[in-house]
Amino acid sequence: MSVLVLAEHDLGALSAATARIVAAAETLGPVDLLVAGQDVSAVAAEAAKLAGVEKVLVADSAALASLSPEAVAALLARLAEPYSHIVAAAAATGRDAIPRLAAKLDLMPVTDVVAIHGPTRFDRPIYAGNAIETVSSGQSKHLLTIRASAFRPAASGNDAPIHPVDADVTSVARFLAAHRTESDLPELSTAQVVVAGGVSFGSAEKFALVAELAKVLGAAVGATRAAVDAGYAPNDWQVGQTGKIIAPDLYIAIGISGALQHLAGIQGAKKIVAINKDPEAPLMKIADIALVGDLFEVVPQLIAGLGRE
Amino acid sequence: MKILVAVKRVVDHAVRVRVRPDGSGVETENVRMSMNPFDKHAVEAAVQLGEAGHASEIVVVSIGPKQSNDVILTALAMGAHRGILIEADGRIETLAVAKLLNAVVAEEQPDLVLLGKQAVDDDSNQVGQMLAGLLDWPQATFASEIKVAGDSLEVTREVDYGRATVGVSLPAIVTADLRLNTPRNAALPMVMKARSKPLAVRPAAEFGVDLTPRLKLEKVSPPAERVAGRKVADAAELVAAISSELTELEAL
Repeated sequence: MSVLVLAEHDLGALSAATARIVAAAETLGPVDLLVAGQDVSAVAAEAAKLAGVEKVLVADSAALASLSPEAVAALLARLAEPYSHIVAAAAATGRDAIPRLAAKLDLMPVTDVVAIHGPTRFDRPIYAGNAIETVSSGQSKHLLTIRASAFRPAASGNDAPIHPVDADVTSVARFLAAHRTESDLPELSTAQVVVAGGVSFGSAEKFALVAELAKVLGAAVGATRAAVDAGYAPNDWQVGQTGKIIAPDLYIAIGISGALQHLAGIQGAKKIVAINKDPEAPLMKIADIALVGDLFEVVPQLIAGLGRE
Repeated sequence: MKILVAVKRVVDHAVRVRVRPDGSGVETENVRMSMNPFDKHAVEAAVQLGEAGHASEIVVVSIGPKQSNDVILTALAMGAHRGILIEADGRIETLAVAKLLNAVVAEEQPDLVLLGKQAVDDDSNQVGQMLAGLLDWPQATFASEIKVAGDSLEVTREVDYGRATVGVSLPAIVTADLRLNTPRNAALPMVMKARSKPLAVRPAAEFGVDLTPRLKLEKVSPPAERVAGRKVADAAELVAAISSELTELEAL
């Protein structure tokens, strides 16, 4: 048994999720890590350092520049044969390419895996995390996407060999434009500390208080769907069933009542701090530390108080 | 263009589901059911393309028990022209759903298939991508904007770093995200009119697709419960509490 893992990377850097996926995949068998893209030699060098990687495969071509699902699935289909498992992070590239690949190979994939019980048994959340299903598969090959936040990262210090592979694929979709959210805060999906705000901030200007507190703490910023819909925060800050699923060590929720769909995104959080003027809000009832109060009074005091420490 | 929209009947997204004590699944008896919210955005997108003069016909298809009729009627009331119910009971996996839709595409020859990005019951987020794979069509998932540009589409997608715009030539698969549009609530006359629109009911067996699940569903369990922690009185106490949490994290 051996595992092919698709590395996640962006802007020439390996994403923090990849180390976690490698650690999870290593429990299934020896790992080959595939770095696909254009001009990805620096990413491949980083990938080679991850503990548990047997070798790094590099597919470097212009057709893979935007990692379109058509091109990535075609590449994976060509490399699939010797592997018992093909694994990607449950993030944009993997979510898009793994089911497409599965249909091409006539296999049923298991996506959003949060626990691995041996090579053929997996847990995945359903109903916005309100239930966990355990499935097993007798198929010849296993295609998985894994939630990075559910696993600890692999260590560094390896020096795995790097092998180029045939990257000749055609990309049918034309990539037209990226609209990036500029931010110098840590990446939300793998951050250790996350500060998040809800729609009760009332405006984008006031929502900036969330980012200000995050900066003091070196934390990432999250938002509820309502706050994103209202235009207070960019879409990639959304946490929940349809946004990002996070599992920080510390989650600070400000003015967030805790809709089912939001709670789905934070079930893996180790400690939850909630600030809300409504003591009956669902999130206040599951928080480890709760403060009943007005966020416009409390948050500036937190920024000042924690900034001093 | 001709548009095919796939919709699913699911436990209403506002219902707090309960796991059956025997671990066989989630309780769906006597629970409010409705159209998967993402599918509503897909239907709305199709109807808006029609209103803009881009769609000649909108066909809506659902796969499931006969009660799935309800969600087809909802889509017809929103403005779709014709419905197809593929009757199938029991657990139908996404791969089988994609294969059934593939058969419908072969019959209907649409230029565009719209689906919700995921169903809020099994949260799979697979069918659109799988159908695109079976058809070898381009896919644009998690769409928050669709523009028609000649015989192709410009689709803005929600991705990890923000948004990305891609051009896909037709025929193509597009899956809808929540910010694509605001689905309409059909007015009563439209609801009445929907009942007179054509709705074909066909057994899944007619399509010659093997519906046997590939995965064994071993059990369904409730998630770990969280219990209430402590309350702090004011911001100063909270500063102290957060500081001590951070110190603990640094020690790790």
